[in-house]
Order: sequence, then C-alpha cells, then structure tokens
Amino acid sequence: MEDKIISIIGSYDKDPERLMDILLSIQHEFGCVSEIAVSVIARELGLSEVDVVQTRSFYHFFTVEPVGKYAVYFNNSVVSMMMGMQDVMNEFEQLTGIRIGEKTNDGLVSLHTTACIGMSDQEPAALINNVVFTRLNPDKAKKIFEDMKAGIPVEDMIGDTGDGNNAHPLVRAMVSNNIQKAGPVTLGDYYEGISLKKALQMNPKNIIDEVKASNLRGRGGAGFPTGLKMLFCSLNEGDKYVICNADEGEPGTFKDRVLLTERLPMIFEGMTISAKGIGAKEGILYLRYEYKYLRAYAESVLEELRSKNMLGKNILGTGFDFDIRIQSGAGAYVCGEESALIESSEGKRGEPRNRPPFPVQSGYKHKPTVINNVETFCSIVKIIEVGGLWYSKLGTADSAGTKLLSISGDIPKPGVYEIEWGMTVNEMLEMVEATDVQAVQMSGPSGLCINPTQFDRKIAMEDLACGGSVIVIGKQRDILKDVVLNFMEFFEDESCGSCVTCRSFNMILAKQMKKVVEGHATRNDLKNMKEWSKIIASTSRCGLGQTSSNPITSTLANFPELYEARTVDVAYQSDFDMDKAIQEACEVVGRPARVPHHN
Amino acid sequence: MSEKIKFTIDGKEIEAEKGQLLVEVAAENGIYIPVLCHWKGVHPAGSCRICTVKINGRFMASCTTPVDANMVVESNTPEIQDLRKAIIEMLFVEGNHFCPSCEKSGDCDLQGLGYRYQMMVPRFPYAFERRELEASTPKIFLEKNRCIFCKRCVRMIKDEEGRSYFAFKGRGKHLEINLDTKLAEHMSEENARLAMKICPVGAILRKEVGFETPIGKRKYDHVPIGSEIENLQN
Ligand SMILES: Cc1cc2nc3c(=O)[nH]c(=O)nc-3n(C[C@H](O)[C@H](O)[C@H](O)COP(=O)(O)O)c2cc1C
Ligand code: SF4
Ligand code: SF4
Repeated sequence: MEDKIISIIGSYDKDPERLMDILLSIQHEFGCVSEIAVSVIARELGLSEVDVVQTRSFYHFFTVEPVGKYAVYFNNSVVSMMMGMQDVMNEFEQLTGIRIGEKTNDGLVSLHTTACIGMSDQEPAALINNVVFTRLNPDKAKKIFEDMKAGIPVEDMIGDTGDGNNAHPLVRAMVSNNIQKAGPVTLGDYYEGISLKKALQMNPKNIIDEVKASNLRGRGGAGFPTGLKMLFCSLNEGDKYVICNADEGEPGTFKDRVLLTERLPMIFEGMTISAKGIGAKEGILYLRYEYKYLRAYAESVLEELRSKNMLGKNILGTGFDFDIRIQSGAGAYVCGEESALIESSEGKRGEPRNRPPFPVQSGYKHKPTVINNVETFCSIVKIIEVGGLWYSKLGTADSAGTKLLSISGDIPKPGVYEIEWGMTVNEMLEMVEATDVQAVQMSGPSGLCINPTQFDRKIAMEDLACGGSVIVIGKQRDILKDVVLNFMEFFEDESCGSCVTCRSFNMILAKQMKKVVEGHATRNDLKNMKEWSKIIASTSRCGLGQTSSNPITSTLANFPELYEARTVDVAYQSDFDMDKAIQEACEVVGRPARVPHHN
Repeated sequence: MSEKIKFTIDGKEIEAEKGQLLVEVAAENGIYIPVLCHWKGVHPAGSCRICTVKINGRFMASCTTPVDANMVVESNTPEIQDLRKAIIEMLFVEGNHFCPSCEKSGDCDLQGLGYRYQMMVPRFPYAFERRELEASTPKIFLEKNRCIFCKRCVRMIKDEEGRSYFAFKGRGKHLEINLDTKLAEHMSEENARLAMKICPVGAILRKEVGFETPIGKRKYDHVPIGSEIENLQN
C-alpha cells in the first residue's frame, strides 16, 4: 500500500499544491484515506499530518474508514426529497439492514447522504461509486441491490444511457439533458473555432472591449461585469490564470451540467479567448466531484483541441500559448465561492479568502486570476462571434443577454430553459406549464422564496437576480419543513466554519427552524430569528454566511401565515418534548404515551 | 509607497499610510477595536468578526481592510457595540467555558470582552457540544472545549521545517482544532510558551507550570481589556 501511495504522490511531482488530486487518487484506489495514508503523504510532502487531515476532513467524499464496495450517496436536497427520496432511502435501509452512515458487515454496501448533485430535473438521484443514478424509486432500489449482491460492476447497472453526449462512450450516463428551450447564445448554434480564430487576430484590448460592450455580467450569481473583471486582471503584470468555475453546488441548479455535457469545446474556447484577452498561459476547469462522470470525456475534448492546435503551444500558429488542466473537487459547496475554489485548487481546505485582495489582483498561486462561471465563458464565445453590440440588445438594460435557468420542482417538464433576462415569474411559470404554485424559490437557498403576489417581478439582476436555480413549489408542500429546514441544515453542514457567526448561527438557526416545524416555537422565537439573521448576514466573510439566512428571512416576510400557524403565543415554551422523550419507554411498558401537562 | 491619507473613525480625523490595516491604525490612534483573532504582523485571519465596523455604510472586518482616503468608519455606535456583544455571547454558547476552573481566567481575552461588553447572560441557546481534551503530548494541553477558532496557533506555531503543529479539522458545525501529536512530542519550550501566550482563551495551556501569575495580578484583573490602547492617548 505504501508503495502505491508513494507512486501516486510521485505522479504529482510531490507537489503539496496537488494534495487534492493525491487524496482523490488514494480515496479512489483504497476506498478511503486512512491514517496510515495520511502519515505517508505528510512525510513525502514535508507537511505535518494535521495539515493533511485539514484538507482531507474538509471534503465529504474523503473518508477515514473504507466505504463499501458500492458506496451509495443519496441526494438529500430539497427537490430530491420532494420527489420521493425518503422512500428510496428507506428501501435501501430495509434491503441492506443498515442505516444511512453505516456499512454492511461484509463491506458490500455503505449508505451516505450528500447535498444536491445537480440532477434536480431527474430526482430522486444518487451517486453510486461516482456513477449517477436518476429517477430512483423503491423498485429500482431492489433491482440495484440485487445487482450489487451479484457483484455486477456499477457501470453496467445503469441500463439505457441518456441523450446527446450522455451516450458518449467516455460518459455513458443515464442522465438526460432535458433541454426544454434553447436560445440564441449558450444553447444556440455553435461553430467550433470561429470565435477563437477571430480573437487570435484581435488585439487583447479589443477582446476586452468587445466583452465590455456586450454588458455581459457573470452568470455564477453575483453578476459582476465580465469585461471589467478581465480589464482589472489584464492591468496586472506577470503570470496570470483563467479559471472556469464548474462547481455548480447551489441546490436546484444543473444548467452547467448540461453545458459541460453538450458545450465543452465552447467552454474551453471561451477560456482560451479570455486568456488571450488578459494574457494568461494556464487555465483550470474546476469540476465538482459530483460531475466526475464527465471527467474522462472532458480530458478527451482537451486532447482533441490540442491535436487541432486550438490549445497548447503556438495556438493556430499565432504564437499564443495556453493550456488547461482539470481540477476535481471532493464535495464542498463553499468551494463554488471563487477564492475557496482557488484555495482548493492549491490543495487546501476550501476556506474563502479575505478580500481585498480580489482574485484579479491575487488569485491562483497568488497571481492575477480571472474566474468565471461555465455559462459566462460560453457567452463570451458568442459575443466574439456575433458582436458585443448584438448581445447587449438582448435582455434588459441592466441585464444583457440570455440566462440559462435550471427549473425543477412541481412542474411537468423540468429542465434547462434559455430565456432572455426580463421575463416575469408569471411568464416563466406559464412557459413551464406550472399549475397550483404556492411559491417559487429563486436562485437556490441563498436566493429568495417568493409568493404569488410577487410573480409579476422580472427575472433580472436589477429585480429578481438568479444564478440558475429555480424551484417551483406546489400547493401540496410544507414550505417550512420541506424547504426552509432542509436549506438551513444544508448551510449548517456546508459553512466552512471559519467565521464565528456563520459557523454558529447556521447551527442555531437550523435548530430554531426545527423548533418551528415541530410546533414548539413562540412568537418571540420568530423575532429572534429575524434579529439573528441580520447578525450573520452583516458579519460573515463570504457570500455563504451573508445569504444563508435568506430562506428564513424571505419566508418570514413572504409567508408569515405559515409561521403564525405553527407558533404559540406564550412567553416561553420549552423545546423539550416530554411526551416524545418517554414515548419509547411507555411503549415498552405498555402505557399510553401521554403525560398530563399544562399549556 | 507610503502615501499619507486622511479618514475618520467615529468622526475623529485620522492620518495614516494608505494600505495599513484599519484595526492597527485605530490602535495607534488610541481607538480600541476589539480583536480575538488578529495578531499584529501575522497574516490576518478575519475569522472572529469581532472587529466588524461600518465603512461608508457597509459592514467590514477592520483586521482585513486596508485604510483608504475619505473612509467614514463607524465603530463605537450602539448598533456595532450590540453586534460585538452578540458575537461574544455566541462564542460563550458555542464552546464550553467555565471560567472559574480555567487557568487562563483573568488573562483571557474572551472573558475580558465579556466583562467589557457587560454580558450578563447569552441571548442564544447553548450548544453543549462535546469536545475533547488532548493531553497526550509532553509540553501542552489542548482543551478543545475552549477553542474559539482564531487560527493564531495555526498561523504562528511552526517547527524548524515550517510545519504546522496545529490545524483545523472538519468544517461547519463539526469544526475542531487539531494538534499534531507526533510533532508536539518534540515541541520546544519557546513554542509551548508562545502557543499559550497567543491563544486568546484557555485552550492551549502549558504542562508542568500552572498559575505562574497569580489570580489578582493578571492582565484584566484591574483594568478592562482595551485600556492599554485607550490609555495611549487621551
Ligand atoms: C457559497 C458560494 C457558492 C458559490 N458557488 C458557485 C458555483 O457553484 N458556481 C459559480 O459559477 N459561482 C459560484 N459562486 C460565485 C463565485 O464566487 C463567483 O462569483 C463566480 O464564479 C464568478 O464568475 P461569474 O462572474 O462568471 O459569475 C458562489 C459563491 C458563493 C459565495
Ligand atoms: S461566511 Fe461562512 S463559509 Fe464564508 S468564510 Fe465565513 S464561515 Fe466560511
Ligand atoms: S487553540 Fe487557541 S489559538 Fe488555537 S485556534 Fe483555538 S483559540 Fe485560537
């Protein structure tokens, strides 16, 4: 084992900055990163063991104990649970005789949960040894378990592959693209290489000017003007980097998955154009662990581009050098935050950096770095092809262009829809043929939960901003339990833990929310939740803590009646439930589980 | 490099070099902004958030913000004072702090801030997290119940080869401070002394020496925390 580990470390040149890849390879090889492995890595890289553990323990797909031969990671995010994941998990527990978090005695199966895996359009979904299983149900669970007992390789369990590149021999996934509406930019016609050839003939400054003229704003959520970001970066001296953020972790979003499946050459082309604009020689595609099934295919696309001389040295004979490597994540939502993503790419725990400096000043390896979302890079390609002015006329004055929405939840046709910015929520709901809508969760948990009186609002940066996730919530749902509590538990797990307020308040707010859901909260608790939400939002370092109380604040504002109905109007109410606490004991002795108490 | 700029903190005009950290400029000018994670000269962590101020109307951590011309900084306002008090209360409910039994009592920055901000009882529910005591190494105890994750030890205590003795483990609500017991087997006397000194609370304690400074003669036994800065200039 030690030899194997040493050879893995050697294959990354014993470089501590490649610790993520080393840990990923070891986890893949041995099903865990054991304490022995940690000490070998520490010795070989000249780190202390706690430093290695610091990175390992940050990412939830690294384990200390070996996972089962079949490691099942159930997606327990909102949409998956709405679509019946609980039944699937129960079935697996029944079949295997173990609980979630455990492994069967024979080591065959281990059961785990994980946050959104980017399949909200085909839930309930799970990852089994990096292979995606979608549209699960208890019957399929039975079949899968039979196959496991028969020792069938997990790749052979999937049955039919999905459409488009999901059927590519290097992908072979049962995932469907669900492209419901293509628009003129990211899902429109794509002619490989046209924009790149054009850009290579342009002066770098003109590339940046063209992007500026388009008024394109970043598609990862924050909406920063892309041209300006390139400009700021280009003004710095020395080595520079271009990073594509394919971490897509916001629950309910999956639009980058579709682009990564169908538009990879376009993404890489966009990165190359951006690199030419700012003067970078190296780029990174940071691919979330959950999309590992696309990695081999992505590597092959890179190879193909190199063979066409569209990547590598002296690109298309113009003297411009640029190449891209892929960095896999290992399960941590916060790594979608740009500076956390950079830390992670350097082999560290994904802790967001303090700002200033910004990545354009000091990013990857502390060099000026442009980091953009997948969709942003695709948009750049179209802008160079057709022109910034053309692009700027799509959408609204403040939000130019089109936006890919990942729409899921209680609708007949979940999938990706490329719309022009400025569409109202009502129009959007009509487009997806939604009926009986109780609420719409815009832009995931860090966005807002809105009620029908707000459905005339526009989907645009200046009104209802959206990074991609749109979850339509039907009348039959219990918003506080199914949505808000789920989101708060997500944040309490996914906070990096560095800021006092984000670490503690997410925990406390999740607890308070549970109290509300269980009917033990008082009016005073609601007042507190509002106050405490303000503290976490104003004192946290990064966007996670600054927005993680949004599920609570937006539902308190937009659905006060749901809280009213669940809270009691007394000065104090214990969150301890005596009846529940003694229920099991009562059952054992055969007594009715009720104690007389006063309210 | 050294461009002089002017800005204000709570209305007081201050002159400083552009780019200096706000929290340090404030201290040099006799204005106390509390810190738990910051340590002058060490790369800022920006994690305790207690130095939060409002700059031109926006909340920012003053330990990670370089000063710039015409900044309008609010620090000693009721809003920010309450925010800081909330953070102190938060730290008391998150960890397990039983001051009367802690060797650091009187020298502890968290306790000192509790007094300074007149914390009576935390407004938040206690977490009652169960955390361990790491006592297996020769020079120090690591009492994880008291750690407030300031990262000072992580950033500052290294061996001769630059390796860290301390690091974080986990994330979010499972975050822990972790000590490399193998390296700590050979921790030097100076490192042990320094580690205890920089730890703002009683999480890192030296073995074999206890109560070097008797209760009653400790840093904050007679003067509140921050007075060393405020008495600088009157
Ligand atoms: C907690 C958190 C998670 C994020 N996750 C993502 C993500 O998965 N994908 C993404 O593109 N941006 C994400 N972002 C935004 C990035 O920090 C960054 O703004 C973005 O990648 C910049 O690219 P853009 O300008 O093209 O949007 C996240 C931000 C935060 C605070
Ligand atoms: S806000 Fe939360 S996730 Fe962001 S740096 Fe602070 S603790 Fe980490
Ligand atoms: S042990 Fe002390 S110095 Fe280290 S992080 Fe915890 S509180 Fe800070």
